[in-house]
Amino acid sequence: MELAVAHETIARWQFGITTVYHFLFVPLTISLASLVAGLETAWVRTGKEKYFHATKFWGKLFLINIAMGVVTGIVQEFQFGMNWSDYSRFVGDVFGAPLAMEALIAFFFESTFIGLWIFGWDKLPKKIHCACMWMVAIGTLLSGYFILAANSWMQHPVGYTIDPVTGKAQLTDIARVLFQDTTVVVVLHTITAAFLTGAAFMVGISSFHLWKTKRSNTPDPKKTAAMRTSLRLALVVAVIAGLGTAFSGDSLAKVMFRQQPMKMASAEALWDTEAPAPFSIFAVGNVNEGHNSVALEIPAILSFLANSDFTSAVPGINETAASEAARYGGDPKDYIPNIFVTYWGFRLMIGFGMTSFVAALIGLWTTRRKFWLAPEHRTGSDEVPKLMLTKNRELNGFLTKWSWRIGILTMGFPLIANSFGWIFTEMGRQPWAVFGLMKTASAVSPTVTVTTQVIALSTFTLLYAILAVIEVRLLVKYAKAGPVTTEEPPTKDPTLRPGPEDADKPLAFAY
Amino acid sequence: MQLHDVWFILIAVLWIGYFFLEGFDFGIGVLTKLLARNTAERRVLINTIGPVWDGNEVWLLTAGGATFAAFPDWYATLFSGFYIPLLLILVCLIIRGVAFEYRAKRPEERWQRNWEQAIFWTSLIPAFLWGVAFANIVYGVDIDERKNYVGTLWDLLNPYAILGGLVTLTLFTFHGALFAALKTEGEIRARARATALQLGLLTAVLALVFLIWTQSDSGNTWSLIALVIAVVALLGALGANQLAREGWAFILSGITITAAVAMLFLALFPDVMPSTLNPEWSLTVSNAASSAYTLKLMTIVAAIFTPLVLLYQSWTYWVFRKRIGTQHIPAAH
Ligand code: HDD
Ligand code: HEM
Ligand code: HEM
Repeated sequence: MELAVAHETIARWQFGITTVYHFLFVPLTISLASLVAGLETAWVRTGKEKYFHATKFWGKLFLINIAMGVVTGIVQEFQFGMNWSDYSRFVGDVFGAPLAMEALIAFFFESTFIGLWIFGWDKLPKKIHCACMWMVAIGTLLSGYFILAANSWMQHPVGYTIDPVTGKAQLTDIARVLFQDTTVVVVLHTITAAFLTGAAFMVGISSFHLWKTKRSNTPDPKKTAAMRTSLRLALVVAVIAGLGTAFSGDSLAKVMFRQQPMKMASAEALWDTEAPAPFSIFAVGNVNEGHNSVALEIPAILSFLANSDFTSAVPGINETAASEAARYGGDPKDYIPNIFVTYWGFRLMIGFGMTSFVAALIGLWTTRRKFWLAPEHRTGSDEVPKLMLTKNRELNGFLTKWSWRIGILTMGFPLIANSFGWIFTEMGRQPWAVFGLMKTASAVSPTVTVTTQVIALSTFTLLYAILAVIEVRLLVKYAKAGPVTTEEPPTKDPTLRPGPEDADKPLAFAY
Repeated sequence: MQLHDVWFILIAVLWIGYFFLEGFDFGIGVLTKLLARNTAERRVLINTIGPVWDGNEVWLLTAGGATFAAFPDWYATLFSGFYIPLLLILVCLIIRGVAFEYRAKRPEERWQRNWEQAIFWTSLIPAFLWGVAFANIVYGVDIDERKNYVGTLWDLLNPYAILGGLVTLTLFTFHGALFAALKTEGEIRARARATALQLGLLTAVLALVFLIWTQSDSGNTWSLIALVIAVVALLGALGANQLAREGWAFILSGITITAAVAMLFLALFPDVMPSTLNPEWSLTVSNAASSAYTLKLMTIVAAIFTPLVLLYQSWTYWVFRKRIGTQHIPAAH
């Protein structure tokens, strides 16, 4: 391999691996923070034990997850400088600002209040303790917002000028960077996708426990109550978030058709401009070869996705590449991203994510409790719900078994969808690092040797693989164990000034 | 004073905040081997920083992010140039964070021992490497006319830099021992003071040599003042420790760190990374800085949020103000 190419390729692999890995934890962190805060609020307001057990249980899983989110995030903060120093020099003036704001505003919030929450069970009054979790949740949302604003600027640079002397980008309008349509829609889409992810995770684990309870001879009613509440909460959230993801995804597609027509044409493997343009569901043969032997298309839907009508033309890959080459110089071929990845990435994102949404919609209907159910089919709040098709008709044993199983099996689907979504987004932007301004090839650190890069790439890959095994085992262990229903909620509300009788009491939580 | 000078000061403040706070975290990590005699005592030490270490680490992330925003060239040159040491630091910080969170998540003895080993090494290595990095920044490295570092990894491991690393390592461990004396009770508290005395004497010798070397090499009047404050505070911390005034001792070791880091930055100014190849190629506060618009924007953001952060982080320390001893450590969970 030619050295310059190796340089860029390794840097891209490293960025891709570390970022996709970081983003496995991020969506769960964002959504579980709010869900746990919601459950704790329910406990503080109603005093019901099931909310307490649910808070503790999901809180534990949340903490195992966030630990990895935090440590993998540290790498992200520095790797722009390490591998992409020419990029950093070029964009720092613009791109650094949201990044610094993220640290100063969001990360301090999350990390300080998470410490208070973990260790504060016996030190903080209930309400303040609960407020700490809300602070964490707000912190995670803010950090998502700022980093996505930075990323959106790479997708669609606004609010800057190029300094004529240094040739570098300079910020002129921070409001445009933070509030441009790309940022707003991407944030909506990513946050809703995050909630779908957390909700599906919760559905899966609650399903596991409820199904086990159903088959057990000695059910624990407290555990059932906590898991049943969690299941219902998660199903509602999954349905709302799923709808939100689809709607925001549609808006995002429209924005992208305008701003990066090449990305959307490659998402569809639409080689030539068509009017009206069809939506390809499935393509056989190599989509990378300049023509498809397409198996399945829905006429005119792509025109709708792009322009909200069923007739207009959607520009194809060849035309877009030719016009970009005319504008920025070079060969049209240089402007075509990897069509195989973008085409299938887009489909897998929608496919995996929407499957979870549909499953949740069905689950929400079949587990409904009172309304539209004949009285003899209603179940108490500490019993496993019956899966009801109609008012009087219960699913048969086979379908019931499979319904619970599907709940468990689709648990990780949105996580997969998220990864494919990002791979599509970032690879569809190629060859640009900053769209229209800087190519990825000229973004790398010129003096970092290939040897150094190889050392770093192997170190991170190996370390991350080991940590993945450790983390998954821990999650499985604690998820399987279920809520600790022997644990009683504290009888007296802790105060900020503990009395002398507390002097030698063991800590409520210790490392 | 121009805006980029203000930002030079702010970056210094962020690094001082980081070394002050994570300094004793690193120290506690090292002391899990030097000071603790059994698992219960190791857990006492770890739990003195349990609720706060994560928040302390964000000072580093903020220093990194703020450097990116205010001095993009500094960020780019520093982290691409000091690639391997930084990689090592990152690996340590990753393992260290996971070690704290996961150590008690399984009952097996081997699992817990392994994470304890990890906590020791991943505290020791960054504590050393940060000193190496800062010594090199102040001394200057091979930077070419395109602002790229062109030296090798071995150039970074010169005697001056290694001395700098030993200074941060011992200083942080000393600071950590004083923190342990302040935050624990029972037998370990008395032992922490005895350990602090030994560490303090060692630190004083190393720091004196390093700071005087720095002063004679790149110092000025202001850095000399900071040097004197650092040395006086260090001796004061030792004295207060002998008098069992643990709060004062800790504050004074904090002032030592503050003054020592301030001295490095004062010796650096107006450069941010001097070039040893040609002074013309040095990165300075003016040629590495962002535009006036970005600096102004970030000044406003920092002016609002830094005090807020200080406020709620101080509150956290107040909430967890109680000393802990082995009797407070719950059996298992
Ligand atoms: C659970 C996950 C999930 C699901 C079900 C969907 N998406 Fe998505 N999608 C993401 C998760 C995601 C993501 C990982 O969060 C991305 C990557 C970048 C971004 O902003 O969101 C993304 C990116 C992304 C982009 C590229 C944006 C860019 O280049 O900046 C488009 C056009 C869509 N999505 C459109 C859709 C549509 C029309 C969907 C139909 C229902 C859809 N997504 C479902
Ligand atoms: C968390 C979600 C993200 C994921 C999963 C992701 C994924 C990726 C992937 C897979 C690549 C490699 C592209 C290729 O090799 O063709 C890449 C490149 C890159 N991304 Fe992202 N990215 C994410 C978010 C971001 C954000 C938020 C930023 C900026 C703040 C960013 C900046 C970059 C940069 C600088 C590159 C390197 C240049 C390039 O290859 O385009 N990414 N990303
Ligand atoms: C879409 C992309 C991303 C989103 C939504 C996102 C959001 C988050 C969230 C929610 C956390 C939670 C962990 C915590 O509480 O600290 C986190 C951690 C972190 N992320 Fe990301 N991140 C993304 C990509 C990146 C990138 C590209 C960077 C680098 C610039 C980055 C830097 C960090 C850092 C430094 C942490 C650790 C924070 C801490 O210690 O508290 N993230 N991020």
